Amino acid sequence: MRIAVCIKQVPNTEARLRIGKDGRWLNEEDLQFVINESDEYALEEGLKLAEASGGEVVVFTLGPERVRDALRKALAVGAARAVHLKDPAFEGGDALATGRALAAAIRREAFDLVLTGSQSDDLGYGGTGSVVAGELGWPHAWLVMGVEIEAGGKSAKVTREMESGMNEIVRLSLPAVLEVQAGINHPRYASLKGIMAAKKKETAEVTASDLGLDPATVGAAGSRLAIVSVSLPEGGAGAQMIEGDAQAAAKTLVERLQKEARVI
Amino acid sequence: MPRKVWAVLQVRAAEGGAEVARMSWEAIAAAQRLAALDGGKAAAVILGSGLGALAEQVAKKDLAAVYTADAPALAAYTPGAYVSALAPALAAGKPDLVVFPHSYQSVDYVPRLAQAAGTGLLPEVTGFAEEGGGLVWTRPILGGKMQAKVRIQGEGTVLVSVQAGSFPADGAADGASPAPVEPLGVDLSTVKADREVLGVERVGGEKIDLTKADVIVAVGRGVGGADKLGPVEELAKALGAEIGASRPVIDNGWLPRDRQIGSSGQTVAPRLYLAVGISGAIQHLVGMKGSATIVAINKDPGAPIFTVADYGIVGDLHELVPALTVAVREAKGQG
Repeated sequence: MRIAVCIKQVPNTEARLRIGKDGRWLNEEDLQFVINESDEYALEEGLKLAEASGGEVVVFTLGPERVRDALRKALAVGAARAVHLKDPAFEGGDALATGRALAAAIRREAFDLVLTGSQSDDLGYGGTGSVVAGELGWPHAWLVMGVEIEAGGKSAKVTREMESGMNEIVRLSLPAVLEVQAGINHPRYASLKGIMAAKKKETAEVTASDLGLDPATVGAAGSRLAIVSVSLPEGGAGAQMIEGDAQAAAKTLVERLQKEARVI
Repeated sequence: MPRKVWAVLQVRAAEGGAEVARMSWEAIAAAQRLAALDGGKAAAVILGSGLGALAEQVAKKDLAAVYTADAPALAAYTPGAYVSALAPALAAGKPDLVVFPHSYQSVDYVPRLAQAAGTGLLPEVTGFAEEGGGLVWTRPILGGKMQAKVRIQGEGTVLVSVQAGSFPADGAADGASPAPVEPLGVDLSTVKADREVLGVERVGGEKIDLTKADVIVAVGRGVGGADKLGPVEELAKALGAEIGASRPVIDNGWLPRDRQIGSSGQTVAPRLYLAVGISGAIQHLVGMKGSATIVAINKDPGAPIFTVADYGIVGDLHELVPALTVAVREAKGQG
């Protein structure tokens, strides 16, 4: 099988996040970037399916120069090649604009399957893969927790996560787009050999004009959403914060749980 | 011209026909508030099969109309069927805003609908306000660590999904008289499924019912590994608590899936919920924010879990958890 995997490089949300000067996004200078969590699982699923069928994975991403790190990592764990949608015109897109751009790049080759993560850990639109599917005219499934290729690659039996601990089992004809949920597999680590081999693998850079796309239809210009500002969330009344070293804080907390909240 | 606002309800099969999922009333409440900004009334859209009684029930709400797409081909949800029924309705009706509950089902098909119908897409909204001659919408970003304010640009319909709990269901007002129930007015003979639904299964068999627990100690990614759960188990024992977990703990295999709390696990509301090393992604918060008393322990003072907690401690859980166990045992006279 020939498999395209779309990944996104996102800020590491475990690290400290500071708002940038213009108030419309984070201060990127002090951010660490990682591959979006569910995209790592999509990549692993793609590699497993490609290995089982003697095929290959081509990894796609969109973003500025820094996203090369994410592509290098994907190549090191086993993707055969990478395609980097690199053009200022692609930046700042919503799910529709980004999906349009990715689909235009994917369409230039023949794939049996496109895999993406289910949602990005930064903007969290959760729709980019479905838009890619719509652009390609393929079926799709979101929040995929299992993939079984059937009928010699003509269809796939797909497990979809639902609310409240239930899964739905559906069958899709191929080619299709599957948006993978974190937890579907155990993503592999890059080996030293893989890291060395990645240096020789090809990364193609493509611009909007390479893809025959009108810059007004992609990126911020092609989006229906514009971020006005970012801020810390408005909480409720907020937690009563308890200070002190571990022993003192533990003692104070237990006292309050006994005397105020009366739950111990 | 007042904004034209629709709410598309989520319907599930039930004995004796179909029923509306609770989140659908929240979508109606949000649509009513949006329409009321300039004195209009929202309309509701229901897709499914055998919708008669359900449409009557929805029509009691204060709505301009209830539009139904009622066909056997819509009995089972697939994105293909829903998109092929709704895309022509959007083209013909030209609503300004269409509100959906932000559910696993709507995230599966609404982006596809936006692509097919050429509309805008605004997922997971928690609120809106009129500012500077237009609407500014709020939605969580970065796993709930921040929120973004967003404006819609350009012309034409935008599909908006509203996060669970942001627009309370009891805010959906009843009307003075029933709203008219009308067909959605699209050719339902072209409705076509794009996947074969083979069935549903319960994940891993639900062995532990956390919904009945009085006290829950829940662990998150911050605990660091399955081998580091011992002190947490000690604390749970001292408190007489069940152990729960957020999704990353389950995905890493540190605890079995039947311990998962959140939108894809169990929804709990114990007397005491102690969140240890859980940052508080929205998918976790929806599963526990109804707890009577919430305690959060996290090394990151910016963790969203503190916004729902009653008591918080910022610090190293590997020091705090054993200290808490000692303090609890002393308090209970077990020391």
